Amino acid sequence: MSIDIEAIERSQLKEDVPTFQPGDTVKVTVEIKEASGTGDKRTMRTRTQAFQGLVIRRQGAGARETFTVRKISFGVGVERTFPVHSPIIKDIAMVQEGDVRRAKLYYIRDKVGKAARVKKKKLTG
Amino acid sequence: MGKAILGEKLGMTQVFKEDRLIPVTVVKAGPCVVTQLKTRETDGYEAVQVGFGEIPGEKAARRESGAATRRRPAVNRPMEGHFARAGAPPQRFLAELQLDPREFSAGQRIKVDEMFAEGDHADVCAVSKGKGFAGVIKRHGFSGGPGSHGSRFHRAPGAVGQCATPSRVFKGKKLPGHMGTEKVTALNLLVVEVDPDRDLLLLRGSVPGPKGARVIVRQSVKTKAGKAKR
Repeated sequence: MSIDIEAIERSQLKEDVPTFQPGDTVKVTVEIKEASGTGDKRTMRTRTQAFQGLVIRRQGAGARETFTVRKISFGVGVERTFPVHSPIIKDIAMVQEGDVRRAKLYYIRDKVGKAARVKKKKLTG
Repeated sequence: MGKAILGEKLGMTQVFKEDRLIPVTVVKAGPCVVTQLKTRETDGYEAVQVGFGEIPGEKAARRESGAATRRRPAVNRPMEGHFARAGAPPQRFLAELQLDPREFSAGQRIKVDEMFAEGDHADVCAVSKGKGFAGVIKRHGFSGGPGSHGSRFHRAPGAVGQCATPSRVFKGKKLPGHMGTEKVTALNLLVVEVDPDRDLLLLRGSVPGPKGARVIVRQSVKTKAGKAKR
């Protein structure tokens, strides 16, 4: 790849991305832009929203890297995929580290209730 | 007249713009140097010939006869004279751009930021990637037949005409044949970013040709701004 493209990709990266991996439960704080009113009264305002759930996938590299968070909302499974370096992500907070044996936790989708949990990571090695 | 510049396609990547990841093609655009002005009086039309990609001095240099190496110089004598007349260093590529010759002088250098700014729309002309001898599905977008269930008609072109009348195949019938390596223009690409320090142009979407292809980036002709300037 050309040096110029590498430089562009590097400039897109955030420096303060916390470490997290599939199996971890995280709370992602997302900034949302909303428009209210019409015509001259139209104003943009931003608010933040949290999306908390289990990281079931992390894929890609560089600016293209994304991760998927799954949560159960009102009995319905909801998955949301974020670019890791997206400017709308204000914070990724670790809620609980998980202990899993695979990189993609798609099997969780077919599990319900108690079976749909991930072991908590033990602090000892 | 519009604006245009010569460049080289470096490749594609994605950048965040207004909170969204958008696909961009990175083009090394310029710096170009004006090598000839074509005027109505002398040539019957108006254009500016520019060069792109400076040839390093030692490659362009002519060796004395009997010199140790037999390597041909990168610039032959007629071209050497052409560049010398413009007062420009030897260039790898030359192209005529539809620019106003009154606004330029021979030997003048052109940078990207003189031609394009963020938010402009541009067209990109380049020679597309060669596809070789391609069938009708790839070349003309035919549908093709079922893959299985006993079907024996997969990617063939099918019937090519009628019967005793006209008892010939019409001219222009879409058939397999050579595809690619032709001049293709991508229209109305948004200029996402201009980097004058590194001579880079980031254009939204894809651009014809392989990496390293020589491209002509010009002000888009189908947007309002482009039409007004013509």
